[in-house]
Amino acid sequence: MKILVAVKRVIDYNVQIRVKEDGSGVNKDNVKMSTNPPDDNAIEEAVRLKESGKAKEIIAVTIGEEKAQETVRKALAVGADRGIHVKSDNYIEPLGIAKVLKKIVEKEKPDLVFLGKQAIDDDCNQTGQMLAAMLDWPQGTFASKIEHKDKVIEVTREVDEGLETIQINLPAIITCDLRLNEPRFASLPNIMKAKKKPIEQLNAKDLGVDITNRIQQIKVEEPPKRKSGIKVANVAELISKLKNEAKVI
Amino acid sequence: MSILLIAEHDNSNLKVFTLNAITAASKIDKETHVLVAGNKCDSVAKEVAAIPLVKKVIYCDSPNYENFLAENLTPLIIKVSESYTHIIASANTFGKNFMPRVSALLDSSQISDVIKINNSEEFLRPIYAGNAFATVKSSDKKKCITIRPTSFEPAPKSGGSASIEKIEPADIKNVSKFIKREETKSERPELGTARIVISGGRGMQSGENFKLINSIADKLNAAVGASRAAVDAGYIGNDHQVGQTGKVVVPDLYIAVGISGAIQHLAGMKESKVIVAINKDGEAPIFSIADYGLEADLFEALPQFLEELNKLNTIQK
Ligand SMILES: Cc1cc2nc3c(=O)[nH]c(=O)nc-3n(C[C@H](O)[C@H](O)[C@H](O)COP(=O)(O)OP(=O)(O)OC[C@H]3O[C@@H](n4cnc5c(N)ncnc54)[C@H](O)[C@@H]3O)c2cc1C
Ligand SMILES: Nc1ncnc2c1ncn2[C@@H]1O[C@H](COP(=O)(O)O)[C@@H](O)[C@H]1O
Repeated sequence: MKILVAVKRVIDYNVQIRVKEDGSGVNKDNVKMSTNPPDDNAIEEAVRLKESGKAKEIIAVTIGEEKAQETVRKALAVGADRGIHVKSDNYIEPLGIAKVLKKIVEKEKPDLVFLGKQAIDDDCNQTGQMLAAMLDWPQGTFASKIEHKDKVIEVTREVDEGLETIQINLPAIITCDLRLNEPRFASLPNIMKAKKKPIEQLNAKDLGVDITNRIQQIKVEEPPKRKSGIKVANVAELISKLKNEAKVI
Repeated sequence: MSILLIAEHDNSNLKVFTLNAITAASKIDKETHVLVAGNKCDSVAKEVAAIPLVKKVIYCDSPNYENFLAENLTPLIIKVSESYTHIIASANTFGKNFMPRVSALLDSSQISDVIKINNSEEFLRPIYAGNAFATVKSSDKKKCITIRPTSFEPAPKSGGSASIEKIEPADIKNVSKFIKREETKSERPELGTARIVISGGRGMQSGENFKLINSIADKLNAAVGASRAAVDAGYIGNDHQVGQTGKVVVPDLYIAVGISGAIQHLAGMKESKVIVAINKDGEAPIFSIADYGLEADLFEALPQFLEELNKLNTIQK
């Protein structure tokens, strides 16, 4: 089995982001960047399938600016075999990303594509499902457990009501939840080895797909601030405030 | 202009979040039609027809739609979508699952998690776990939109009498199969719509200790929430998780117990009207957004809280 994993470079989840004063977006200068957290789970799951002998090759792909290559490099350090970096200096919407990924899928012909369920910057939660539709493949979204059984894969999905299990035919798309597994850290020797693994460079503009954005970001602003609260001395005071001041109990 | 909204239901009853999405849809255009696709769910079609804001119900009855598999539902929505300018669903795990498929096939760039509608093309949506709000304008002819339910009031449920048009199912490819659903049944109100939510975090230390939370929830008729750390540790099921990658709640009262207040948690609850934090660490970030902060050991505070509530002897409904 061949597995493709899509990894995105985003502002690290620990960073308190700052909205630019001119409303044009958030400040990305000198800000720590990392792999989108569920994409780490995606890579980890692929590596486990390889370790169990079910997968032969893992390809990590990213679309983004020059530095996005670091994200691919990190995937190589935890066990991906080779990388693809599709260069684009501009932000591309999930629809465009899915079109680019479709091109890669058509070329590489993987049996499974893993993605994160959601990028923590745009919070879109779209790309995997879009790619599945474009390929006319089934999808297992928000996966917290997968079980590969020959030509099918059983996916446990985190849904609002609890958990749902579905079975989908291969080839398929899986979007990963953070609970799917515990991603490993790359060891120093593996980081060194990863430097020798190949990363193919492509240019988004050369792929012959329409990646023009359809959505114009008119303004980015800070959400309204909450007015600061108070500390209460004890439970009795808390109850009294809730009853007499806030009137919520 | 006209709107096609996809109803969420369990083949017997409409799910409440559809009502919030209907309110949002009707802000775009009054001509709101609702697709009810499911298996033997004519009761749902009738329920939707009674919603005054709904102008027409499109009803498709087939075993193919019983479990709302995205692969099966999508071709039907595409077929019906032809005469509509906006396709809308709730931004919960129901809508998030199929809407991007629909959007991709219509070659339209989806607008996820809309919290405000400026006009038929311009919307407000949170990004970066709600730490920024983006005003976005779509140039697509057909717009696919998911609505954050808690940002819109539920539409009134009765008084309407929309027509019900029955349609034939679309072809399916049989590439996916439903196996099972594990739902946690509870007498308590639903997390997404409860007036009061009390959530526990890693500070609870065990699933067993959640009984301290549960007994207060019962007293206040509240729903029980949790941080991701509490769910990851196995204290409670994933359906209780509040936050960026869980549920968004906007209750009148949110009580966070043993939760530090990571931005990913705040993303799911900081719009609550009144926030209470109980934490033994006075520096915990949760205090910065709490209206009332109690710096205390939860294992002392929660039993006292219950006792005081019992003293109040008010009946909560
Ligand atoms: C991509 C991504 C998405 C995420 N999505 C979510 C999400 O949707 N929801 C979510 O909640 N998190 C999410 N997280 C995780 C988040 O970053 C935090 O790790 C998590 O919210 C921490 O949970 P916690 O506050 O329960 O635990 P901790 O941060 O460990 O805090 C425990 C708190 O309990 C207090 N405490 C301990 N003992 C006691 C006691 N006896 N009495 C009183 N107080 C006590 C401590 O002082 C501490 O403040 C996400 C993370 C990532 C990377
Ligand atoms: N620029 C990108 N490069 C590679 N993968 C991406 C990119 N954008 C999104 N993805 C993948 O799609 C998932 C969902 O992203 P989104 O739909 O933007 O929330 C991410 O977790 C990634 O796996």
